[in-house]
Amino acid sequence: MPETTRFLDYAPAPESTAILTLRESYGLFIDGEFSDGHGETFPTISPATEKKIAQIATADASDVDRAVAAARRAYSRTWSKLSGADRGKYLFRIARLVQERARELAVAESLDNGKPIRESRDVDVPLVAAWFFYYAGWADKLDYAGLGPNPRSLGVAAQVIPWNFPLLMLAWKIAPALAAGNTVVIKPAETTPLTALIFAEILQQADLPAGVVNIITGAGDTGSLLVNHPDVNKVAFTGSTAVGRSIARSTAGSGKKLTLELGGKAANIVFDDAPMDQAIEGIVNGIFFNQGHVCCAGSRLLVQENVKDEVVDRLKARLSTLRLGDPLDKNTDIGAINSRAQLERIREFSDIGEQEGAERWTADCEIPKNGFWFAPTIFTNVSTSHRIARDEVFGPVLSVMSFRTPAEAIAKANNTPYGLSAGIWSSNGSRVLGVADRLRAGVIWANTFNQFDPASPFGGYKESGYGREGGRHGLAAYLESSGWSVAGRVAPRETGGRVAPSPAHIETSPSTKKAPK
Amino acid sequence: MIIEQATSLAPAERAIQLIGGELTEKSLRLHLEGLPGVDAVGLEARADSLGTRSIKTTSKAWALDRIIGLIDLTTLEGSDTPGKVQSLVAKAMTPDPSDLSTPRVAAVCVYGDMVPCAVEALGTDGGEAGIHVAAVATAFPSGRASLPVKIADTRDAVRFGADEIDMVIDRGAFLSGRYGLVFDQIVAVKEACRREDGSYAHLKVILETGELTTYDNVRRASWLAILAGGDFIKTSTGKVAPAATLPVTLLMLQVVNDWYRLTGERIGVKPAGGIRTSKDAIKYLVTVAETVGEEWLQPHLFRFGASSLLNDVLLQRQKLSSGHYSGPDYVTVD
Amino acid sequence: MTRLAVPKTYKLYIGGKFPRSESGRVYEIATAKGVFLANAAKASRKDARDAVVAARAAHSGWAGATGYNRGQVLYRIAELLEGRRAQFVEELRQGEGLSESVAQKQVDTAIDVWVWYAGWADKYVQVAGNGNPVSGPYFNISTPEATGVVAIIAPQASSLLGLVSVIAPALVSGNTVVVVASERAPLSAISLSEVLATSDVPGGVVNVLTGSAAEIAPWLASHADVNALDLAGAGDLAGNLGWVDLQIAGAETLKRVLPPESGVPAPSVERITFFTETKTVWHTKGII
Repeated sequence: MPETTRFLDYAPAPESTAILTLRESYGLFIDGEFSDGHGETFPTISPATEKKIAQIATADASDVDRAVAAARRAYSRTWSKLSGADRGKYLFRIARLVQERARELAVAESLDNGKPIRESRDVDVPLVAAWFFYYAGWADKLDYAGLGPNPRSLGVAAQVIPWNFPLLMLAWKIAPALAAGNTVVIKPAETTPLTALIFAEILQQADLPAGVVNIITGAGDTGSLLVNHPDVNKVAFTGSTAVGRSIARSTAGSGKKLTLELGGKAANIVFDDAPMDQAIEGIVNGIFFNQGHVCCAGSRLLVQENVKDEVVDRLKARLSTLRLGDPLDKNTDIGAINSRAQLERIREFSDIGEQEGAERWTADCEIPKNGFWFAPTIFTNVSTSHRIARDEVFGPVLSVMSFRTPAEAIAKANNTPYGLSAGIWSSNGSRVLGVADRLRAGVIWANTFNQFDPASPFGGYKESGYGREGGRHGLAAYLESSGWSVAGRVAPRETGGRVAPSPAHIETSPSTKKAPK
Repeated sequence: MIIEQATSLAPAERAIQLIGGELTEKSLRLHLEGLPGVDAVGLEARADSLGTRSIKTTSKAWALDRIIGLIDLTTLEGSDTPGKVQSLVAKAMTPDPSDLSTPRVAAVCVYGDMVPCAVEALGTDGGEAGIHVAAVATAFPSGRASLPVKIADTRDAVRFGADEIDMVIDRGAFLSGRYGLVFDQIVAVKEACRREDGSYAHLKVILETGELTTYDNVRRASWLAILAGGDFIKTSTGKVAPAATLPVTLLMLQVVNDWYRLTGERIGVKPAGGIRTSKDAIKYLVTVAETVGEEWLQPHLFRFGASSLLNDVLLQRQKLSSGHYSGPDYVTVD
Repeated sequence: MTRLAVPKTYKLYIGGKFPRSESGRVYEIATAKGVFLANAAKASRKDARDAVVAARAAHSGWAGATGYNRGQVLYRIAELLEGRRAQFVEELRQGEGLSESVAQKQVDTAIDVWVWYAGWADKYVQVAGNGNPVSGPYFNISTPEATGVVAIIAPQASSLLGLVSVIAPALVSGNTVVVVASERAPLSAISLSEVLATSDVPGGVVNVLTGSAAEIAPWLASHADVNALDLAGAGDLAGNLGWVDLQIAGAETLKRVLPPESGVPAPSVERITFFTETKTVWHTKGII
């Protein structure tokens, strides 16, 4: 190595894409096989190079009908008649296949999404397998889910997922739905369909009965057609609060069960007795992991004033060893921004931050010529009234504010319409638990951040959505209790949908219908 | 209630400058116990993450050569003989007879009474090659002896020609909270490193992290060793498990980094024991570079205390140059 | 000329290895029709002692693994059992005289029971544990954890399904086990041990003793380093020893004792939680 090259400029360590067998174009996965969509096809590109990966189908209204019908058929004829143990066996198979094809899935994810291969390899894909393993085991134990004996599945679930953790969000949706006995029509995000389509091949390898899972690609219109389809019993959406609101509106009165996992503006609270080096890692992980495209990102740093300068100094020093670049290089820490649109949005917000009077600092990163990139950025002197303190940027931008007392930290942390997550850094256990008690957030990390586990429920308060994914609680979204039935939810599963609530229609004897085990 | 006697400690310039005023057991203790805590889970996760760096091709070749240049080639057995030491020195000077371009190690590390033998075996060639002689002292590895005995042990080694002294701290004193005692011993040993011409043998302070057990203790002991005048902080004697680990070394590097940011002074770090493969050693290089900076990847600031590591590095080096995997018959045993 | 078979030697399974009995004893296993099948090792009290030592040594690692990890290991065992269906079916046919279809059904059920239990490893805590809403500024949580070493007298009549039905539930939470197999049909137990030995289960987590349950059981029941007794198969022990005497022996060190059942114990989460201890932790909560 020549004298002028530094060791820290690690030699390229590229992960090869040779492991992928990509098609030039993909159809819709309906009823166990791929078929053409009737909408206009569109390309999916690599956000790191802007090169096209494959041509993707769009599902129009007729395709959505087809998919829902396939799911309904599979539900009535096959899936609802299987024992829980057998459903579990299919899910175990899927988990195993994901493990076997882990490397391929990780490469595809990084190629299509832009996230570093190290993350897809070490975080995303292992969690996907774990999610299927976990819920596989629940399929024949639903009596213990906390909904009483013999809880019932709902029928057909319509699921729409975002682009930030494409395969992981798919696992979060499909695994519990299937374990609970439902069938699924799922729409991946338009910028990240690739791993979902490879996953369809895995479903074929697992020999999953046709129609149990249907994967339809398309953009916002497809999603809207899907969630508003009359023969759907359950809607699950992860994405922006704006779209979540519109879904809540359009499904009102329809009888469809709804869960939403939306945006956030999480506070990462650092007290002066925090384990300092680990807190710095936690802050960095909290906002720069996955390029900040994380609903639960710690995008607001609330630091106790007496350690603020030290924390900011250490943060900036820490960012100097973060490597931005080719997502497929194994040493990359910060990958590409997922799309041009998202990049524009992040840039706009950063400009607003400067205009509002906050002080901007950006890490010194070499930006590649092609692709969508944004270097990690820290805003200090941020006020609570600044837009960059209130609005979700969804990018690698951290807003730093200070506090003087625990009560102030709590008040500021809670002072937001969002309520998805929060972080607490302190060596004092009593304080950690006391503060956790008072934070209005669905997930609270203490002396750590961005920890996910299939056994741990995840979901938000307030405008971050409702319902939980993961854990025993995650089953509740896809089941209902049998037994006493109240206020008109008595439409038989075979026809799908629900009768509109009617006060007169109250069943007064226990339901004799037993859910299959 | 017993009020601690404000016993004064031996003069040690760094400590005086940092803590200020009259340096006592109590003021030292207050400082050490006021250091920020360590979250073990977070520390270990960071070490794991650094271990996922993928060091390939030119970076790997550079790393392998650099590792060799940072090794203190070590033999510390009760059964060591002059013959054994001579063999070690020969290996240090010519690690790979089939490839004379192989770098030489940084130092050989032996018991104090074997120093004369090591010095003689190195001769003028070894001196020219810049291979130092490091001696363990102060009743290594246990450290359980009186201070006069430990000082005598140190003086002997220095007198015999040791360039560097690897001392052990009194863990019993540390774990029972007698920080002042530990401090004083280090200061005294540093003084015993003084040669007649006024120069000092380089002092490495072995914390024996496996016995200190908690990361908080390691952080405090690291600070203590630096304040008392150590040139290097070293993880272990290699005689106790666990010896060096990546998280513990990361922690010590963080202390060194904090000291550098505070004072501008650079302290060295030496993980010793349990580092047997090139793969592991490369993780340490990455950890150094990304924590305290790659300036530290030089013999006066970083060493590996190792014996079998050298051969594994040589095997990797042979693979890089020949293109095929090598085997144990192609590296020498010392 | 028909090919000469290579008969298998049936030894004990202790600490991940297959030793003969230290006593050197064996006993004859015959088919249901009385034809000689094999000599099985006849475990002594010293073998039982060694098994307990092995189980204790393996306990902290197994209990310390995450539930997910244990679930993965247990599921892998089911995969291996599945691959060896034919062998197990054959042993049941010969050893218990079962018909082909009955034997197949038993093996299938045994595998499915194992899968059911494997799926509990990372979930039973969520069902058996919880936060407690105490009246004071305290965080309070109750969690079950493994009790330790469980000695099990396996059902004597059902050599595979019965065996699996008592071993799997104890393992889920992290216990390690010493199991006394069916005396007259121990071959499935040793074949199961071979599956365990080639799986990711660490040595010592499961230890299998073959021989006279009546001789071995009292030593396990009175052993001070055994935490719990599953007397599932002790109801049909031959000889003078009644199972109540085993329970009395266990009372000396206050072992948790599960009394015998007739037939094969049904899969139940209670069988998992019986071999756990509930720990309740309090932690103060205060922000200033």
